Amino acid sequence: MTTDTAISPPRNLSPFAGLMRGTAGPVILVVAVIFAIWYLAAVLLNTPFQEGIYERAGQTDVPISQLITDTLAQERPVLPAPHQVVEEIYKTTVLKKITSKRSLIFHTGITLSSTMLGFVIGTVLGILLAIGIVHSRVLDKSLMPWVISSQTIPILAIAPMIIVVLNAVGISGLLPKAMISTYLSFFPVTVGMVKGLRSPEIIHLDLMHTYSASRAQTFWKLRFPYAVPYLFTSMKIGIAASLVGAIVGELPTGAVAGLGARLLAGSYYGQTVQIWSALIMAALLAGSLVGIVGMIEKLTLKRMGMAR
Amino acid sequence: MTAAPAKPARKSRFDMPAILAWGIVVLVVIGLFSPVFKPDISVMEVPRLAIAASILAIAGVRYELGFMRNWFGDLALGVITAIAATFLLGTIAHHAGEAGLGYWALVAATWASAWLFVERLASWKSATPLFNRLINLAIPALFGITILVLWQAVVTGFAIPKVLLPAPSEIWLRLTSSGSILWADFRQTFMKAVLFGYAAGCASGFLIAILVDRIPFLRRGLLPIGNLVSALPIVGVAPIMVMWFGFDWPSKAAVVIIMTFFPMLVNTVSGLAASDAMQRDLMRTYAAGYWQTLFKLRLPMAMPFIFNALKINSTLALIGAIVAEFFGTPIVGMGFRISTEVGRMNVDMVWAEIAVAALAGSVFYGVVALIERAVTFWHPSIRG
Repeated sequence: MTTDTAISPPRNLSPFAGLMRGTAGPVILVVAVIFAIWYLAAVLLNTPFQEGIYERAGQTDVPISQLITDTLAQERPVLPAPHQVVEEIYKTTVLKKITSKRSLIFHTGITLSSTMLGFVIGTVLGILLAIGIVHSRVLDKSLMPWVISSQTIPILAIAPMIIVVLNAVGISGLLPKAMISTYLSFFPVTVGMVKGLRSPEIIHLDLMHTYSASRAQTFWKLRFPYAVPYLFTSMKIGIAASLVGAIVGELPTGAVAGLGARLLAGSYYGQTVQIWSALIMAALLAGSLVGIVGMIEKLTLKRMGMAR
Repeated sequence: MTAAPAKPARKSRFDMPAILAWGIVVLVVIGLFSPVFKPDISVMEVPRLAIAASILAIAGVRYELGFMRNWFGDLALGVITAIAATFLLGTIAHHAGEAGLGYWALVAATWASAWLFVERLASWKSATPLFNRLINLAIPALFGITILVLWQAVVTGFAIPKVLLPAPSEIWLRLTSSGSILWADFRQTFMKAVLFGYAAGCASGFLIAILVDRIPFLRRGLLPIGNLVSALPIVGVAPIMVMWFGFDWPSKAAVVIIMTFFPMLVNTVSGLAASDAMQRDLMRTYAAGYWQTLFKLRLPMAMPFIFNALKINSTLALIGAIVAEFFGTPIVGMGFRISTEVGRMNVDMVWAEIAVAALAGSVFYGVVALIERAVTFWHPSIRG
C-alpha cells in the first residue's frame, strides 16, 4: 500500500510509462484483452458446429487457418465475433431506412421514447414523494419503508402482466411500457432526494428560521439547491434502470418493435448476431443516456456554482 | 437527521389531524344522506353500515372536542377504524358493483380515520427504545393494511373484472389453495437458480476485486469498465445464456452470476480503498504483512460497501432469474408460471406468484440486512 504515496519517483523513462499511469492506457489494454478473449471464445465455441459441417461435406483435413476464418463467419454462430456484430449494426443502422422495420435505429427509437417517458414520470413522482416524505413525519414513517420494500418486489416479473392487462383494457402503446420504467426509476430518485433535501445542516435551517422564512421559501432557497447534486446522481441510476424496464417491457408485447422485441425475436429464431447487435445497441444507448445526464449535471452544477 | 421542524406546523392553522377529524365528520354526513348501494338503499337499511357510520362520527367529533386526547382515545380510534373497515368490506361482498356515493363517502371516512390514527401514533413518544421500534414497525404495517382494505373495497365496489385486477381476498385464496405449485416454482427459481447464482456471482466478484486491488494496473483499467457495465441492461444477456446453457436452471444461474458480479466488484474495490492512510500506517508500524492488513483492517473497513453490494444483488438476482425464464424454461419456475398464466388470463395466479416473489425478495433482503447489522456493528449508521 505504499504505491499511492504522493511522491513516487519515475522508475522508467520509456514513452509508454506516462500512458500507463493514467486511466486511459489501462482501460484500452483491458478492452483489447476483452476483445482478444472474445475472438478466442468465438473460435472455440463455434468449432464443434464447424467440424460438423466439414464432416458432412467430407472434408477431412482442414488447415487451422481455414477453420478459424470459417468459425468467425458462421451465419448463426454460438458466439458471433465482434466484427460480425459491428457489421450487423452497420447494416441495420446506416444501410436501412429509419422508417424500415428492419432498421435498428427504428427499434432503438421506440425503446428510447418509452424509456424517456417513464423516466420523466418516474423522476417527477420521485421528487414529489421525497418532498412529501421530508415535510411530513407520518409520510416518512409510513411510506418510506414501503418505498424501500417496493424494490424487493421483482417488478420486472410483473412487467408482462401489466402490459397484457393494460392491452386488454385498451391502453396500449407507450404508456404501459413507460409505467414499468417509471416504477424502476422513481425509487433511486426518491431515496436520493430524501437524502438531499435533508442534507442542509441544522445551522442553515436555523438561519432560515431567523429570517422568518416560510416552509416554501426554505424549500426553494435552501433545501432544493442542496438536493440538486443528489438529484443528478440518482437520475443517472434512474435512467439506466428505466432503460432496463423499457426493454423488459417489450418482451411480452408479441415481439413487435423495440430492442426487447429484437432480443426476443432473435432468441426465437436463433439469430445470435441479431441478439448481440441489439444488446450492443442497448449498451450504447445506456452509456449515452447516462453520459447526457452527466453532462447536464456538470453544466447545472457549474451554473449554480457547486462544481467541484 | 429529522431536521424537518415540526413546531411551525403546530403553530399555524394548518393542522393535519384536525383537518382529518373534520373530514371524517363531513364524509359521514355525506354518507348518511346519499344512497350507499345502487338501487337506493340508505345507510339506515344496512345495520352494519349504520353502526360504522355512527362510531366514525363519534370518533371524529371526539377528537374535535379534544376529549380523551391520550393513548386510550387513540387506541379507541384504532379499534373503531378496524371495526368500520370490517363492516364496510363485509357489506360490499353482498353488493358487488352496486356501491353508491354514500358507500364511498364512508370508505373515505374510514381512510381518514386510519390516517388520523397513524398521525396520532407517530406523535407518541416513549422512553423505551423497544416501544419506539414497535411503533416504527406498526406505522408502515398499518399503511399496508390500509392499502389492502382500499384495494379490496375498490375492486368489489366497482366490480372490476378479475382479469384486470383481482381482489386481495381472491389472491389469498389462490395462495392457500395452490401451495404445491407455488412451492415447486419457488424451489426451481429461488433455491436453485437464484441462490446458486447469487453465491457464485458475489464470490467471484469479491475474489476478482481482491485481485484487482492487489494490481493497481488492473484497478485503473477494470474499474471504469466495471462502472460502465453496472449501468448496462445486463438482463439482455438472458436469451444468449438460455441458448448456451439450455432451458434448465443453470442458464438462469448464469444470468444471475453476470448480473451480480459487477456491483460486487465495483463496491468491494471501493470498499478496500476505504481505510485511510493513518490506519494503514498503523498496520505498517505493527509490521503487518499484506494479508494481515487485508484481513485485520481493510476487509472489515470494506464490509459496509460489500453489504451494500450484497443487498443490491439480492434484488437483482431474483429479477434476473425470473426474467431469464421468459426466454425458455422447463415447465416449472416462477417466470414460466407468470408468463403462461398471463396468457391464460389467470391473473389471480400471477398475483399469487408475485406475492411469493415479493415475500422471498423481502426476506432475502432482510436476512442480508440482519447479517449486516451483526457484522458491521461498529459502523456509525448501525450504532445510530
